Amino acid sequence: MPVASRPHDHPDTADITDPAGPAVRIRGLTRRYGTTTVLDGLDLDVEPGTVHALLGPNGAGKTTTVRIVATLLEPHGGTAHVAGHDVVRHATEARRRLGLVGQHAAVDEILGGRDNLVLFGRLSHLAARAARRRADELLDRFDLTDAADRPVGTYSGGMRRRLDLAAGLVLDPQVLLLDEPTTGLDPGGRREVWRAVRTLVDAGTAVLLTTQYLEEVDQLASQVSVLSQGRLAARGTPDELKASIGQDRLDVVVRHEADLPAAQAALDAVGTDIETDVATRRVTATVTDRVAALTHVVRTLDDQGVGVDDVVLRRPTLDEAFLHLTGAPPDTAASTGTPGTARTATSAVTEEAAR
Amino acid sequence: MTTATTTRPVAAVPSAGGPTWALRDAWAVTLRDLGHWRRQPWDLVIGLAFPILLLLMFGYLLGGAIDVPGGYIEFLFPGMLAVTMAFGLESTMTAVSQDVQRGVTDRFRSLPMSRSAVLLGRAVADMLSSTVGLVVLLVAGVAVGWRWHHGAGPALAAVGLLLLLRFAFLWLGIWLGLLFRGQGGVTAVQILVWPFAFLSNAFVPISTMPAWLEAVTAWNPITATIAATRDLFGNPTVAASGWAADHATLLAVVWPVVLVAVFGTLAVRRWQRLGR
Repeated sequence: MPVASRPHDHPDTADITDPAGPAVRIRGLTRRYGTTTVLDGLDLDVEPGTVHALLGPNGAGKTTTVRIVATLLEPHGGTAHVAGHDVVRHATEARRRLGLVGQHAAVDEILGGRDNLVLFGRLSHLAARAARRRADELLDRFDLTDAADRPVGTYSGGMRRRLDLAAGLVLDPQVLLLDEPTTGLDPGGRREVWRAVRTLVDAGTAVLLTTQYLEEVDQLASQVSVLSQGRLAARGTPDELKASIGQDRLDVVVRHEADLPAAQAALDAVGTDIETDVATRRVTATVTDRVAALTHVVRTLDDQGVGVDDVVLRRPTLDEAFLHLTGAPPDTAASTGTPGTARTATSAVTEEAAR
Repeated sequence: MTTATTTRPVAAVPSAGGPTWALRDAWAVTLRDLGHWRRQPWDLVIGLAFPILLLLMFGYLLGGAIDVPGGYIEFLFPGMLAVTMAFGLESTMTAVSQDVQRGVTDRFRSLPMSRSAVLLGRAVADMLSSTVGLVVLLVAGVAVGWRWHHGAGPALAAVGLLLLLRFAFLWLGIWLGLLFRGQGGVTAVQILVWPFAFLSNAFVPISTMPAWLEAVTAWNPITATIAATRDLFGNPTVAASGWAADHATLLAVVWPVVLVAVFGTLAVRRWQRLGR
């Protein structure tokens, strides 16, 4: 297996990077399946106490990255370190410092929540008593004490995910790998998971997150890496990514469909990229001078006696940023149903509501 | 923030190396399965009742029409024991493929535990459950009039051969479970074990079969175990001809050993290559 040369090439310390450095350190990571390169020289750091989100369409290499860092998959090139430990050469040391919460709730359905946590504690080589104590702590922390002895098969989706998260925390890992942790959860369950993740991050845990929900990125992540075909397409804070695609958007919703041409004309005078969604009677434009554009549109439509239901001046959504950066929507499940402008409009509403 | 992360007590946890940890971890994995028995005793009961049901069906419904010197139940019972051991393949495969599918295997592989413990624990758990199943079936056999006639030593040797057969099929089950993810593979195996079981001397003397079928059946690993256990228990055998029939006891040992060597190697290799 090819191993890239690294700065600390000393016989004893070659696999230990600076402990004060990033909790996850990925350099030149490459992975192929057959002849397809799914990961092509990725560099990435996750700092302690932060969430770094991986975004990208299906097959962009998100899950492959997580699986390599979790020691489940060997890289074909490059390196990954967890808390300074090489995931290939010192896999066990890396495993002792990472927790994995995958796409499925990887817990035993027949056993109870407590038995599951004790099992994973024992397999993490905690002594019997320590494993039981840790299980009780985690059950308490994730509000599962009442259900501790019920078979996991009877848990709700949200409870199961919380147990799954707890199972990833048995050794109080420095690095938590979350591979689509809220896929399939209802909004309530999703918020439960977000709250738990925030608490962990506040306590210093580094989180590498893949998700299909852009709202999740807005809620949790301080850094976002957008992957496209195994390469980094863009990186920054969620706000930076939104800003990178440029100007603000002005949405106008008219009361009567017949007034759509009037709204289009008004927006055309101050903005570009006019999009019209007949179903929601919404016209959207990209504007540069926020105040002038808003004033012009409101005054013009008012003068013409056009009934207006809503006017929204907003930053582009992550959905729009994502489309702009990769030319593809994120995984199909992320779209809120309808393609094109309608989807964008819906995300805008969710985004507003979340604030 | 960094100080908070570096003071975590993880370094106090001992390392994963060495055979002691492999055994300890394997036992923890075994205990998980024993936990299933405690949680869902009905699953266990149904699993135990199935071969008994087969025994009663073949013994009383079909057995009347099959004329074997010494009585059909006496002839059938060692066959039922061996077929039950071979069918253990299904439960092993189901458990392995479910764990892979549900991500439990990935969770195990991301823990600082011994790598071999997952397969070892599966083997121990399945051997324990098959031993219990075998004992229950032996009691049921005695209840319907089956006896062993050559004393405890040969009888225990027969039990040993049966468990050896189970052990061989266990590795086939692990390999198939790692190979075919999802219910489709399991269902296919659940169907295919039946012709496999019937292509043996379990239910009828193979001398009653057409010559070409007799030749195939004589080399079935189950046939060797059944012929050998019938000898050891002192149950009626129906003379068959050919090298395989003459060396049944030898084959009852060699076959499982070969199967373990082949499928054990394939299973372990498949396991090691999960991350490749």
